[in-house]
Amino acid sequence: MKDHKLAAILLAPAILLVAFTTVYPMVSSFWTSFHSLNLARSLDLGPFVGLENYEEAFVYDPDFWTVMRVTATFVIVDVGLTILVALGLAILLLRAGFGKGIVRTLLILPFAMSPALIGISWRFMLNPDFGAFSRTIAAVLPFMRDVDYLASPAFSMAALISADVWHWAPYFTFMLMGGLASIPPETQEAARIDGANNWRVFRDVTLPQLAPVLIVAVILKSVFALKVFDTIVTMTSGGPGRETTTLAFFAYHIGFRDYDFGYAAAVAYILTAILFLLSLSYMRFAFRRAA
Amino acid sequence: MTTVPHTLAVAAASGATEAAARRLSKQRKRKALQWLEGAVLIAVAIIIMFPIAWMVMTAFKHPAYVYSYTIWFPPTLDNFREVFSERWQIMDKVINSTVIAVSTVVIAIPIAVCSAYGFSRLNFPLKRTMFQWILLTQFIPAVTIVLPFYLMFRSLGLLDTYVALIVVDLAIALPYAIWTIKGFIDAIPMETEEAAIVDGASRLRVIWDIVVPMARPGILTAAVFCFIITWNEFLFGYLLSRQNVVPLPVGIISFVLERGPVWELIAATGIIITIPMFFFALIIQRHFTKGMNLGAVR
Repeated sequence: MKDHKLAAILLAPAILLVAFTTVYPMVSSFWTSFHSLNLARSLDLGPFVGLENYEEAFVYDPDFWTVMRVTATFVIVDVGLTILVALGLAILLLRAGFGKGIVRTLLILPFAMSPALIGISWRFMLNPDFGAFSRTIAAVLPFMRDVDYLASPAFSMAALISADVWHWAPYFTFMLMGGLASIPPETQEAARIDGANNWRVFRDVTLPQLAPVLIVAVILKSVFALKVFDTIVTMTSGGPGRETTTLAFFAYHIGFRDYDFGYAAAVAYILTAILFLLSLSYMRFAFRRAA
Repeated sequence: MTTVPHTLAVAAASGATEAAARRLSKQRKRKALQWLEGAVLIAVAIIIMFPIAWMVMTAFKHPAYVYSYTIWFPPTLDNFREVFSERWQIMDKVINSTVIAVSTVVIAIPIAVCSAYGFSRLNFPLKRTMFQWILLTQFIPAVTIVLPFYLMFRSLGLLDTYVALIVVDLAIALPYAIWTIKGFIDAIPMETEEAAIVDGASRLRVIWDIVVPMARPGILTAAVFCFIITWNEFLFGYLLSRQNVVPLPVGIISFVLERGPVWELIAATGIIITIPMFFFALIIQRHFTKGMNLGAVR
């Protein structure tokens, strides 16, 4: 009984604040997505339009499907690369040896950097005339000399992904290092005594034991990838065309450039729904492991 | 009769040399692998440092050198003088970012400590569900949060105020802080607390005198993380500020002029944004890995 009372006192501020800062806007956005609301015309919530805003997305707006394709490409490649790089680095950094401490410290730096700053730095360094990246690439691969990276659909996507991998791979390296370190070394030694080579030990012993952490990392990175916004604004502005416009940037663009808040809320909600499904699976895996 | 031991000896000898040869090739393999590992580590260090180093160099370059692909140039502090001048007033943005980030942390951390203790130590109905829902809020896209708040702040006349930015930043910082601190409190053994409770100390005393000091690394980690997240926050600042409370990362945009971005000033501002964050991140380096692992486990 006393526990309940104390819990109520201790938790009330947090619950109220979380409710106000997240539950309220969730509900409000949901409500808005069923109404017409264009700030260019009026500040007041317009008439109830049912599913029209969602219909606009799925049926009438050709940009929406372009954006879905761009988002899917970005998320799949970005998540795959980040996790692969992080896994490789985690394995490398856990093997004792020279220079690992320095690299481990350096890894913290990209994560502490503002993504907006990373985006604009990449734009600077990818400039075809004087960018440090484009010059370095041209020095190694001369046939790339005339590429204007941010003007090409494929390269601008690659540039955006490279910036995001640079920013997030360190975080997941640390997470996977934790996962690898918690695997009892006896299992790997036993396999080695039985004559398994390094690759077999990794594939048949280490990887299955790392799987739960790996799944959680993949889901978490997918969530972060779907939320990427700052880098897009400062690096590509969603271009060329819509080739780097992901759902999050698209929703912002509809709301704050076209002032169509009703439609923007609907697109934001489609993104929210995808993230909600991902987060439910995250909960299942993350909590099952803890239990 | 003598042939048998002879062949045995030969077999043994050849076996020995074979084993030696195998050992040698294995050693060579290990050496090669070590070289390879070293090369990869150096490559990783270069990939991490190259963009940062280039930004630092650009910040100290005279405009004439900004567009040249060189690391040899006479360094100058002019760019820093310029961003702090009347025209750009970067100091205002430093103050804005500091006020917003410090306020967010100061509000979020005590509230987070109390609720984290509740979630970690007390039993009450729907505890697990409530905790999971708090985590779930971390997955809400910022765009969904900012649309209604934009309308609300606009009608309340709160656009372009500290209050607006602190409120929305709390949406990100608070759940994160609760999550991290709960993980650290979970790891503290219960015995000391129980002894104090038996001695008749009140629960709030126990939290303040026993739990808070023992969870200090966790609280510090959460505070620094929240500070970094809020300091680097861009979307909310971009959409909810006009001129009075523009935070530093959004301030970068003001250097993008019609004739093109002024790269050396962007780089100088970039250093002002980044240096304090590097410093903070290195302070909590020891707890950094632990803080990240919580993401996987809890």
